[in-house]
Amino acid sequence: MNHPETILSVEKISVSLQGRPILDNINFDLAKAEFCGLIGANGSGKTTLLRTILGFQPHTHGTINIDHRPNTNTLKSVGYVPQKIQLEKDLPLRARDLIGLGWDGHRLGLPWPSRKKSILVDEMLHAVNAEAFADQRVGDLSGGQQQRILIAHALIHRPKLLLLDEPLANLDIRAVAETVALLNRVRIDFGVAILISAHDMNPLLGVVDKIIYLANGRAAYGRTNEVVRTTVLSELYGYHIDVIRVHGRVLVIAGGHTDENAIPHDHHQDHVEAIP
Amino acid sequence: MLSLYASSILAASFWTDDAVHTALIVSTGAALVCGIVGVFTIIRGQSFAGHALADMSSAGGAGSFLAGINPLFGFLAIALLSAVTMELADLRQARERDLAAGIILGAGLGVTALLLYFDVTTKSTTGAAVSIMFGSMFEIPASIIPFLLGIGVLALSLLAIFHRPLYFCSVNSELAATQGIPVRRVGFIFLVILSLSVTLSAMAIGAILSTALLIAPAAAAMRLTKRLWFALGLSAFIGISASWAGIWLAYSSYDWTRGHVWPVSFFIVTILFIIYLASGLPQLIAKLHFGTDRYKTTQSFGGS
Ligand SMILES: Nc1ncnc2c1ncn2[C@@H]1O[C@H](COP(=O)(O)OP(=O)(O)OP(=O)(O)O)[C@@H](O)[C@H]1O
Ligand SMILES: [Mg+2]
Repeated sequence: MNHPETILSVEKISVSLQGRPILDNINFDLAKAEFCGLIGANGSGKTTLLRTILGFQPHTHGTINIDHRPNTNTLKSVGYVPQKIQLEKDLPLRARDLIGLGWDGHRLGLPWPSRKKSILVDEMLHAVNAEAFADQRVGDLSGGQQQRILIAHALIHRPKLLLLDEPLANLDIRAVAETVALLNRVRIDFGVAILISAHDMNPLLGVVDKIIYLANGRAAYGRTNEVVRTTVLSELYGYHIDVIRVHGRVLVIAGGHTDENAIPHDHHQDHVEAIP
Repeated sequence: MLSLYASSILAASFWTDDAVHTALIVSTGAALVCGIVGVFTIIRGQSFAGHALADMSSAGGAGSFLAGINPLFGFLAIALLSAVTMELADLRQARERDLAAGIILGAGLGVTALLLYFDVTTKSTTGAAVSIMFGSMFEIPASIIPFLLGIGVLALSLLAIFHRPLYFCSVNSELAATQGIPVRRVGFIFLVILSLSVTLSAMAIGAILSTALLIAPAAAAMRLTKRLWFALGLSAFIGISASWAGIWLAYSSYDWTRGHVWPVSFFIVTILFIIYLASGLPQLIAKLHFGTDRYKTTQSFGGS
């Protein structure tokens, strides 16, 4: 089970928030340079799971190992891009400065100019294709540009695992496609395992190796084709779910012909969007 | 009768007057520290906390008059005490923090009112209220300078040591926590630094006005540059220039007000206000030049 190439192993994790169970018995592994999608509707527990992996959120049961060590002191081997980062417009902070903070932002003392650091920052700017706006204020960048800088910020320590919380929300279709392609390139170049949360799996279908599908506090985990199936998802949600494939895209539709009352308000329905 | 602020008559010329010397030293120190700390205060969104600390510290200043010690020590003690209280209250939400600061600030000023009333009635020092609230820079005794410089050095040293974690937490606390930074402890250290700065500013231009020296230079500097180090330097420069100009104008006012000396604080605060307005000009010109709408749409595109 604990393969030497395993970077993240999550075993029997349960989490409660203020006495309410949010996640129940979650299991999955991530190998080196693997790309995994964490899919679920709003409130399904994606952020909670990512924060638990980081060690920010205590869990009631189970173990989490990152690079074969308990996740209590492994921050340096994990890069994290939180959901909804608000970067104020008036921050005196250029894009390259934000990346640099990922390198030495935790150190004490005055920051003397360091050649090593500036070379590293340039490397990261190159890796996320952000040289063009490196010297602009981060607050002035577009959402997609900020996302790329945050990815560079998270990568500068060359972590083995990169966690991204809904990096595609709030991006337009083109920026979504660009960001996904960028992440896939970064995964290969850096050999980093990526766990990315999203409420819509479609933009990720072309790149992810595995999918963790969260619903009702439980998870279905496996290859996309194994997980995104009518039987698996119906079992997960506890009521009938239709999985429909149209032109290489997947629609997950709740309800239909079974018990009408079982349809929740926040039912999850992926959109079909025209991609160029 | 104890004289708490050395009273001096401004007779000699500007550069040879001892009171002017003291005022220049005090205001330079205060403006330097406040200019630098002010930038962090704005980035952290704690301008109001800074103001609240200053207002509360006025109670300490008023108490010092009663006790017969220099108001510096009262300002310092109450500002630090308020910082610890704010930390213990552990308010995470910006709105909660604002409310608490506002309410405590009111209570603090109420105590100040009472203490100043006692000052006036028991000591017949009518100048106390004005000195505490609005400062009286030409009346600061030179003997207090070493203490002021000590506070300034302490504030800047703390800032130098914790500079990066502080900046990182100010940019985004969640990202900082990801790097293992103890966000809350860093926040408390900043409150201490803020208390020290506010104390200096309160000595220079008075408790009520002290926020002006903390916020205005930093706000103007941040409009003019996008780099932290330039902002810090520019902010300190603006604060010091405004202080010196204010002192010079106040000193000169003796000539054109038929023997009165207008309050230094009035001049400093007014100059800072004008500088702040002027610092908006480059942006305004850019806006007019490129057309308001286009500027706005590129600014807000994809905002977050
Ligand atoms: N601090 C908290 N205390 C109690 N319950 C919480 C807390 N934070 C989140 N929750 C609950 O936990 C559940 C999972 O929240 P979480 O933020 O992990 O969902 P998510 O999948 O990330 O949602 P979204 O897509 O909206 O980001 C939600 O039902 C939410 O109401
Ligand atoms: Mg979330």
